[in-house]
Amino acid sequence: MRRRAGLGAIQKHKLEQEKYKDKGNEIQENQFEQMTKQLEVFKVNLEEFATKHKNEIRKNPEFRRQFQEMCASIGVDPLSSGKGFWSVLGIGDFYYELAVQIVEVCLATNYKTGGLIGLSELRSRLIKARGKGKQHQEITQDDLIRAAQKLKIFGSGFTVVPVGKGQYMVQSIPGELSMDHTAVLQQVTHSNQAFVSVGYLRRELGWEEGRARKALEHMVQQGLAWVDLQNLQEKLYYFPSLFNACIDSSSDF
Amino acid sequence: MNRWKYASPLLLDNEATAICKKNVRIYDGDQKTSFEGGELIITTHRLLWGRPGAISKGQTCLALNLSLVVYIEEESPSAFSFSRSRKIILYLSEPTDFDPNGPQQTSIYNFIKLSFREGFNSDVTAILNDCIQRKQWETQVNAAVAAPKVTQSHIKLRTGIVGIERSLQEKQKAADESISVAFQDLSKLMTMAKEMVQLSNTISTKIKEKQGDITEDETVRFKSYLLSLGIDDPVTRNSYKSENQFYRSLAKQICDILQSHIEEMGGMMALTDVFCRVNRARGLELLSPEDILSACQIMESMNLPLKLYQFNSGVMVLQLATLDDESVAEATAILLDDKGSLSSEELAQTLGISITLAKERLLTAEKYGKSCRDDSIEGLRFYPNWFLTH
Repeated sequence: MRRRAGLGAIQKHKLEQEKYKDKGNEIQENQFEQMTKQLEVFKVNLEEFATKHKNEIRKNPEFRRQFQEMCASIGVDPLSSGKGFWSVLGIGDFYYELAVQIVEVCLATNYKTGGLIGLSELRSRLIKARGKGKQHQEITQDDLIRAAQKLKIFGSGFTVVPVGKGQYMVQSIPGELSMDHTAVLQQVTHSNQAFVSVGYLRRELGWEEGRARKALEHMVQQGLAWVDLQNLQEKLYYFPSLFNACIDSSSDF
Repeated sequence: MNRWKYASPLLLDNEATAICKKNVRIYDGDQKTSFEGGELIITTHRLLWGRPGAISKGQTCLALNLSLVVYIEEESPSAFSFSRSRKIILYLSEPTDFDPNGPQQTSIYNFIKLSFREGFNSDVTAILNDCIQRKQWETQVNAAVAAPKVTQSHIKLRTGIVGIERSLQEKQKAADESISVAFQDLSKLMTMAKEMVQLSNTISTKIKEKQGDITEDETVRFKSYLLSLGIDDPVTRNSYKSENQFYRSLAKQICDILQSHIEEMGGMMALTDVFCRVNRARGLELLSPEDILSACQIMESMNLPLKLYQFNSGVMVLQLATLDDESVAEATAILLDDKGSLSSEELAQTLGISITLAKERLLTAEKYGKSCRDDSIEGLRFYPNWFLTH
């Protein structure tokens, strides 16, 4: 007969609650201590790993990618702080420097491209600018995308826009690119010519005239496309960010 | 028959005699040869056949490498054979080297027979098989060739395209091996990290629901752990940053570096610009975008000369604390009156600031009613607001 009325029962109940609370605290403290201990062990292991494999991370892009993916899958962001645990691996410096260089390249080419630059063009310019040391040459698209995405938090409009078939463009000036605009970019990328027209879009995408015209005019307004009136049949819209000659990085900034 | 060679019966290194038989005849395929009545010695490496007494005297005799023997079998005597002799058939592989030093250069058969006139017991077949299986000549060959190969390998690496390819392959192999070790270490590390993430999740839920008395001190420490690991958790997002010494000193540092620049540039600088400049100045131990953002966020509370400001469009800038929206709008309006109309490119050029910031200034002026926009395919252009001023 546990349930009893009266003062005694209340007091007993209170005592039980407190005991549970204490036990709960104890377990929790244990958990906390456990975490502290685990962290220490992890730190030691991480430092060991760093001494053995730091070079691999700098030199081998596949390894870098694997590392990043594993971190993402367990919910950890090794790049979130330059002073964190992961800084001993030296990947922070690698990615932050890459981010700085991406910003610089984008700024230098914005007058030409209107703020939109193809990822492969970005990569070839970066490789050229980074110098001849071997560890500088091995940057992959994945590295660039990760570094560029880090810049999003500044709100200055840095975004990575996929244009289909594994190709990307990096936008460095804030502007709204809707799905339609992205589709236009995709068409230009895969058409092997640097221009499209309203008629082209109607044929390839099955759009109505109004829709195609609106999308193209918006891009002209944003400074991403140029109008060519020399064609007798219709206006042609050129995209300087996708000119092949720009991708050849021997042309100067 | 063309696999036999003239050789000396002296035993090679590691070669040992297995069995001797007298009065043996060699058949080339099914045909008798003139090599009859001789002594046959089976060693671990070769078959030696010599005229009676020749072997013991060390004179030249015939030798057949056991490595050429593919298969042996005993010939079952046919019903018509009267002789006591038993024969062993040895099937041979193609000769490896065309050494002209043999009794016969060509042969249409690829097997030979050994005929034992005095009969034999099955031991011979077994022993011969054993010697062939053991392949003792192979270890010897390796040992003999290994020594000269050491010096040879240096030369090999340098010769021509094959040499280059080979050294590339070796480098690749070494890299592959070290990579697989690295990946193993990586997976171990990740399993450990995963456990910690799970544990931290439990603790952080406790903190959120305020169960139990987790002390202030422990909470602070816990938050610092989360930050260092890079775990994104709501617990760490807001208040912690301001309590941390690292971010406070970072904020001061940024102000010191950039204040004069910002003043020159009209009072504001986009955060991407801040990020680049600060990291370039540091050179080593670069800062992450999150670090810079957190440092800028606490500047206002620390009463530093710079502060973080976010426009409606989401663009974030670091601007002088003395600057505010209205003064910006005023300044822009004055410029507009001056020039008649401005687009963001023109304003950017006039003031020497970036296009993004120029656009923001124009938008701010519009917000305060100082300008009107003209939105056309030619771009966005602003005019002084005559609706209000006239």
